[in-house]
Order: sequence, then C-alpha cells, then structure tokens
Amino acid sequence: MPLLSLMTFIPLAGALVLLGVPKSRTETIKWVGLGFTIIAFILSVIVTLQYVPTQPGFQMQEYYSWIPQIHVNYHLGVDGISVPMILLTGLITMLAGVASWNIKIRVKEYWVLFLFLETGMMGTFACLDLFLFYIFWEIMLVPMYFLIGIWGGPRKEYAAIKFFLYTLAGGVLMLIGFLALYFTSEPHTLSIPLLQSLGQQGKLFAGNNFRFYGLTLPHLVFLALFIGFAIKVPVWPFHTWLPDAHVEAPTPISVILAAVLLKMGGYGFYRISHPILPDAAKHFSWLFLILGIIGIVYGAFVALAQTDFKKMVAYSSVSHMGFILLGMSAFTIEGFIGGYYQMFSHGILTGAMFLLVGVLYDRAHTRDLNAFGGLAAKVPVYTFVLSIMALGSLGLPGMSGFIAEFFTFLGAFPVYREMTMLAVLTIVVTAGYILFMMQRVLLGPLNEKWANMPDINARELLTVVPLIVITIALGVCPSLLLNIINPVMKTMMVAIGPLHP
Amino acid sequence: MNVIQSFPYIYPELILVAGGLLLVLLDLFISNKRLLGYGAIAVLLLSLLPMNPYTHGAEIFNGMLIIDRFSCFFKIFTVLVMSLIILISQDYKSLMEKYRGEYYSLLVFLAFGMMLMASAANLLMLQLSIELVSLTSYLLVAFNKKDARSSEAALKYYLVGVIASSIMLYGMTYLYGLTGSLSFHDIFSYFRDGTADSVVILVFMLMIMAGLGFKIAMVPFHWWVPDAYEGAPTPITAFLSVGSKAVGFAVLYRTFMMVFPAFYSDWSSLLGVLAIVTMTLGNIVAVSQHNLKRLLAYSSIAHAGYILVGVAIGYTNWAQEAILTYLLTYYLMNLGAFIILIIVSNTLNSDELEDYSGLAQRAPGLAACFALFLLSLTGVPPLAGFFGKYYIFAAAIEAGNSNPFSYWMAVAIAINSVIAAYYYFRVIRQMYLVEPEDMGVIRQPLTLKLALGLMVFFTVTLSLYLSPVAEFIRQTSSMLTWY
Repeated sequence: MPLLSLMTFIPLAGALVLLGVPKSRTETIKWVGLGFTIIAFILSVIVTLQYVPTQPGFQMQEYYSWIPQIHVNYHLGVDGISVPMILLTGLITMLAGVASWNIKIRVKEYWVLFLFLETGMMGTFACLDLFLFYIFWEIMLVPMYFLIGIWGGPRKEYAAIKFFLYTLAGGVLMLIGFLALYFTSEPHTLSIPLLQSLGQQGKLFAGNNFRFYGLTLPHLVFLALFIGFAIKVPVWPFHTWLPDAHVEAPTPISVILAAVLLKMGGYGFYRISHPILPDAAKHFSWLFLILGIIGIVYGAFVALAQTDFKKMVAYSSVSHMGFILLGMSAFTIEGFIGGYYQMFSHGILTGAMFLLVGVLYDRAHTRDLNAFGGLAAKVPVYTFVLSIMALGSLGLPGMSGFIAEFFTFLGAFPVYREMTMLAVLTIVVTAGYILFMMQRVLLGPLNEKWANMPDINARELLTVVPLIVITIALGVCPSLLLNIINPVMKTMMVAIGPLHP
Repeated sequence: MNVIQSFPYIYPELILVAGGLLLVLLDLFISNKRLLGYGAIAVLLLSLLPMNPYTHGAEIFNGMLIIDRFSCFFKIFTVLVMSLIILISQDYKSLMEKYRGEYYSLLVFLAFGMMLMASAANLLMLQLSIELVSLTSYLLVAFNKKDARSSEAALKYYLVGVIASSIMLYGMTYLYGLTGSLSFHDIFSYFRDGTADSVVILVFMLMIMAGLGFKIAMVPFHWWVPDAYEGAPTPITAFLSVGSKAVGFAVLYRTFMMVFPAFYSDWSSLLGVLAIVTMTLGNIVAVSQHNLKRLLAYSSIAHAGYILVGVAIGYTNWAQEAILTYLLTYYLMNLGAFIILIIVSNTLNSDELEDYSGLAQRAPGLAACFALFLLSLTGVPPLAGFFGKYYIFAAAIEAGNSNPFSYWMAVAIAINSVIAAYYYFRVIRQMYLVEPEDMGVIRQPLTLKLALGLMVFFTVTLSLYLSPVAEFIRQTSSMLTWY
C-alpha cells in the first residue's frame, strides 16, 4: 500500500470533499475537516510504527517516473530524519484543527485551505526528489497567505504578504541552487539520495571553475540553499517576517507556523544542504555559529522586552531556533542530534505556548502582558498547564527542551568553547523572560477586569494535554526519539566527517 | 524548391486565405454574426489538418519560406490563440454588432500573417509578414471606433510601429548592401565565409532588434504597450499580449539563430542585458498600476523579459525548449486572466482594480479562477506557469557553465519573481481580503465560461501530463541551424 502517498494526499482529498459541502453547514464542515486531519494523524502514526530505525537507508519508498525528459520523478520515502517530523505534522495539525473550532467566518474556505496546507507539509517531509520538494515547499505558501490574510489580526494583510514574499524569495533562490545541483551531477539527477551519495563522494561540480570573489560554485549553491532554508527557520537577520506573521495569524495557524513550518528550514539543512554539500557546509560552519549565537542572544533579549504575549513567544522561537544552527555548526554527532531534538521539542513546546496564548486571548481579547495579573487564583488549571509549558520552554530538566539544549551544548562545546559559553549564559535571559511573563500574567494582585474569567475548557485542554505528555515523556525518556534519529545521524556523520579531520 | 512544388507545404495558409475571403463574402448575407465567428473558428481548426509537426523541413518558394518543426509549432500555436480569441469575442459586449463580420475575417487574416511570420526565411518575406500582422493589429486595436481611447491607442500603436519597422527596414537595406542578398541562408553563408566588422554588424542587428523588439514589447520599444493594451478591445489586448508576442519571439529567435551565428556573443550579451532591463522595468512599473489592463500590460513586458533570457542563451536545447514551454504556459495563464477581465467588464464596465473588491464573495468561482491564473503567472508550482519558469531557470543555469553571465540572468529572474508576486497578490488581496461594496450578480455567458474552463483546466493539470508535452516540445525544437 502506498502509505506515504496516502498520508500526503488524504488531506487534499478532504479539501476536495469539503468543496462539495454547502457553505452554510458549518458544523458538518468542521467535523469532516477534523476527521481528515485525524485520518492523516493515524497514518502518520502508522508510518512511525512501521519505520525500522536499525535498517539503513530510506524506507517505504514509492517511485514513479513523472517527467523523464527533465529527470523528474515522483519519489517518496522516509528515514529517521523525516519520520519524527511527519509525526509532528500529523499531531500538530490535528490539534490545531481542534483549536480551529473558534473560527466563525468563512468556515468552508478556512478548512479547505487548512487541509490543503497539511498536504504541502506532509509532502515536504516525505519526498525524496528536489523538484517535488520545491513544489510542496512553495504550495504551502498559498494557503498560508490566505489563512493569515483572511482570518488574522489587525495587521493581517501586511503580515500575510510579508510572509509570502520573504519565503518566495528564499524559495526561488533555493530553486536556483537545486538546478545548479542538477546540472553539475553526472548523470543529471534531482533525486536527493543520489545527490547525497554523489556529493559525499565529491563527484558533484566536476570541472567547474566558476569563481565569484573567491567563492566557488559549490559555495554559492550552498549559500543559495542556506538563504532559502534560513528564511524559513528563521535565522537572524532573516527573521523579521516571523513576529509579524505569528502575531497576526489566528491561533491554530500560529501553532502550525511555529511547530511545523519553522522546522522545514532546519529539515532542509539536515536533508539537503549538509549531506549533499558537506565540504561547503564545513566551509560555512562559522556562518552557522555566528548567526546561531546572534539568534539565541538577540531573540532572548528581544523577547524580554515584549509586552505582547504572542510576540514574546515569537521572539523566543527566534532564540530557540538558534540552537539548531549552533548544534549543526560543530559537526559532531551530539550537536547534530541536539539541533534535531530542539526542532522536535520546540514544535511541541511552542505549539503548546501558542495554544495557551490563544486560550487567554479568546477570553480577554488582549495579549498585553501588563493587562493581566493574579490569574493564578482565578484559573488554576490554566495556570498549571501554562506553568508546565513555560518551564519546558525555559529548559527545565525533565522536559524535552532540556535534553535538546544539553545535547547541543555537549556537541558544540569541544569545538567552540567561548561561543558555547555565551549561549549557555543566555539561558539565564530565557529564564528571565519566561518567569517575568509568568509573574505578570499569573501572579500579583488580581486585575479586577478578569474577575469572571472562566478557566480553560475541555476542548482546549484536549489540545494541550497531549503536548504536555509528549514533552515530559521526551524529557524523561529521550531514547523514544533518539532511537529513531540516532542511527541515521551516525551514518550521516560518518559520511560528512568531522569539521577538522 | 520551386513555386509549383511548394504549394503542398502551404495548405494551412491557403485554407486560411480562402476561409477568410469566404467569411468576407458571407458577411454580406448572414445577419447572425455569431455564426461567422464559429465559421472563423472552423476555418482555423481546419487549417490544422494538413500540418505535420514532425516534418523534416523544407525551404519553399525559392527559399522565401521555411517549413520546419519550429514553424509548425508556431502555426499550431497561432490556431490555438486565434480560435480562443474569436471564442471570447463572441460575448464581448463592447464590440459593435454590425462590424463583427469584418472583425472575425480580420482575425483569420491575422492568423495567416502570423503563420507567414513563423516560417519567413527571407528579409523581404519577414518584413511583409510583419507588416501584414501589424496593419491588421492597428485596425483591430481601433475597432471600437466610437471609443476615443481605442482610437488613441491605435494611433500610438501605429506611430511606434511604423517607426520601429522603418528602422528595421533601414537595417535590412544595409545587410542587403553588404551581402547582396535578402535570403537568410545567403546572409548566413556570407558571414560564415567572409569577415565582417562586428561593430558595424552590431548596429545592423540593433536595427533589426528595434523592429522585432516592438512586436515582443522589449524595452526600450515598449512605449506603446500600456496605452494600446488599455484602449484596445479586451480580446485584442489578449491577442497582443500572447499571439503577436509569441510569433514575435519566433521571428526574433529564428533570425538571430540562423542569420547571425557568427556574432552570437554580441547579440547574446546584448539581448541578455535587455532581458534583465525589460523584466525589471515591467515589474517595477506594474506595482503601481490601478487598472488591470495596464497591470497585465506591464506584466506582459516582464514576461517578455523572462522569455528573452531564453533567446539570449540561444543555441542550447534547454533554451529552445524553455522558449516554447514558456510561451505555451503563458498562453494558458495570460489568456485566462484576460477572459476574467472580459467577463467582469461586461457587467461592471470597468477594469479598475478597486472594482474587484470582494469578488471572492460575489462570484467565488470566477475569483478562484483568476487567483489560479495570477498564481500561475507568479510561478507557484504545480501550476502551468511554474514549468515555464523552471525551464527558463534551467536553461540559464545550464548555460552558466560556459557563460557566467547567465547565472546573473537567473538571479535577476529570481528577484523579479518576488516583485511580480507583490503586484499579482495585490489583485488577489482585492478579491479575497477586501469586503465587497456591491453584491450584484456577474453575468457569465456560456462561451466565456467554456473558454475559461479550458484555460483553468490546462493551467491546473498541466503538471499531470507534462511528460508528453515536454516530449512534443523536445521533438519540435530541433536545432535551427544550417550546420
């Protein structure tokens, strides 16, 4: 059974089904839409269970020739790098679907676009052909534009087009990079596994003498891919679309944006740029280090200064994503695993944070941190949940964020001592803005305006509790995730080699 | 090949001439002009029958015309464009009923001229066919004779056209004086065997570029485009942006590839620079347009810039396939966009962007189709426009190995795609993100719906059967040289 295709296109089928439902029947639309995200989630769980970590290479492959004239194939397959991302996508989209119950206007359009978006995300993680990768990558922008632009906050139009143009610019550069890989491989190919093995054997770019200010073509191709992925991550200084998009997007879309879309950039590094261009990646390891550290420090300090809850979480994302770059810059297996662990963990934690911000916003219609106060007495369950997730973001031992940061530091420290120390120290700032937030929202005297605020309801709890369970499980028992990613990371590190052989 | 032997090769052209004359005659007796329109489509489709896309090539009428796969591609393309233009004119309200008969026969003659352009292999033939197409186009642009804008548009178009074609003619006389022949083959042989001062030839090439650049709306010969596009009847605007541009590219490509291979590096870098300037100017000016016809006019200048990249690269297979693929996809999406303009302006009598407010709620299907065409023009996969752009990118990157300048052309296209996305999304924003001021029904006549359905279907599903299309294009674009 073509499991991966099924998983990728089930949401699209759902979108087509919804097109046939009259738009006045909003309840039906919601349930059908949610039903399809649940099916997709179940399929992603089946993929995860069927995946055998100890077996090398790509599994569950599907291969059909599509446009043989230009060597484009429909090629799907998964390994330890894509399986967790697929699971994350299935889970988060389903939970975001539950959180979408509050969407009141243009419900049909919303769910059609929402399901369409899921197909794009699943496809990006499941495909093994650069052409296909580009298609899925770009196709996501369109529903995202509408989802932010129609259902977003006051500055939604600006945020939507900014997101679109930024990502498109990166995407087109990435496409140029893909084409350069295609034309320098012999025989010409767009297949990711083939390009990986060609790149690791040093057979790409044979006989090409192009130079531009001392940069060779592989360097330039790497930079093109880097910019494409870095905009999505987002890496400082390409991050400015993120606070706008996050703040203006409706809650479920913020969740998807933070939990899944940001991971695509990092996934691009792990899947494409580093394995295919290992030498160029090592050449630019300093870039990863510097931009990673700047992102960590800058994001943390900017988050500290925010008064808007959502903006604070958005900048904390910038800070957290810096760890991916730091981990990858060291070219040690611990660093690579740490960066990857951070991707997964951040998806869970920040997804939950955005859900919780949404819960508060639905009640108070404001996100101004200073407008709250003393909510702990009023909404004890919410306080409990928010505290867990906030402490998780802070990197509290026993939760997934700690494992991620620990591995990252462990990997980066032997290579870059001073810089890693700087990143470690930033954890203090992280603790600062998280605790400062908790203090302003939960503690202190109760702001009388919220005297009648109802506590978190069952539907909202349903969206957050699974994420709490996962983050604690991954914090206590990291091998759940490590068992999946470790073998493939090991293989990759052997192929790429250390930074200074 | 002598005259008598040549006739079997031009059956398509003969069918068009005979059919066009027949339509003129029937126009006197038939009062239901709609029938004449369908007759014209029938004539066009009939001319497809004798075509052989896999022909081995022949020079006919003593080398005046060349019949090869490349010209055949453009003949099929002509039929596709012109029959669709006639179809969408059927319910275009602004045309005066009385003159519709003439209108349809003029379009058939226009198709005849385009077919001649696509296979011209002699400077005289080239000039003649371009004039046939241009003069007919001037008439058609001015066809709403009671509308002052239409007349103004035609006058501007005419003046610029005349200047451009006289410059080209002037250049041709020099070529004739230098080489003693008007035939592409003779001029080619002269340059191959002898030596010529490349600076002088560059001037001649520039002069010819002026005439052809006018047809494809290349900067700096683009002045007429916005006004002519805005004033002309919308189906004719659609024709100018797709049909006349496509054959313009066919002629430009054939002329430079066949006549001037000896000066490849000169014209290649010249066209490369012009390509970058054309796309950048078109896109930047399009950003500030408020009238959709003008917006699409500037966007069509930008697209001409993308295709010019393919021409500038020239001799590689990728470049040839890129030009043909791009034109094909551009035909689908741009004609589609103009069909929407016709449908909306039939009801609203306006092409202003602000009148499209909330179209998504007023006419969801229409807005969705328009959004698809705009996304395709942006180059969002897997819509048709993406594949055109992909081929152009690929051609540029491949050529970069021997000519680093084409890397810069690729980067220029990348930057321009982002600028273009901005203004295409302005239209999408107006339709989807702005609330409608008026919920009046937009009338959608059957012919226009049919045409729209065809364009949407192929724009969306091209990716599914791109393989046979790519194969066809690969077969068609056999190299255009005498080596």
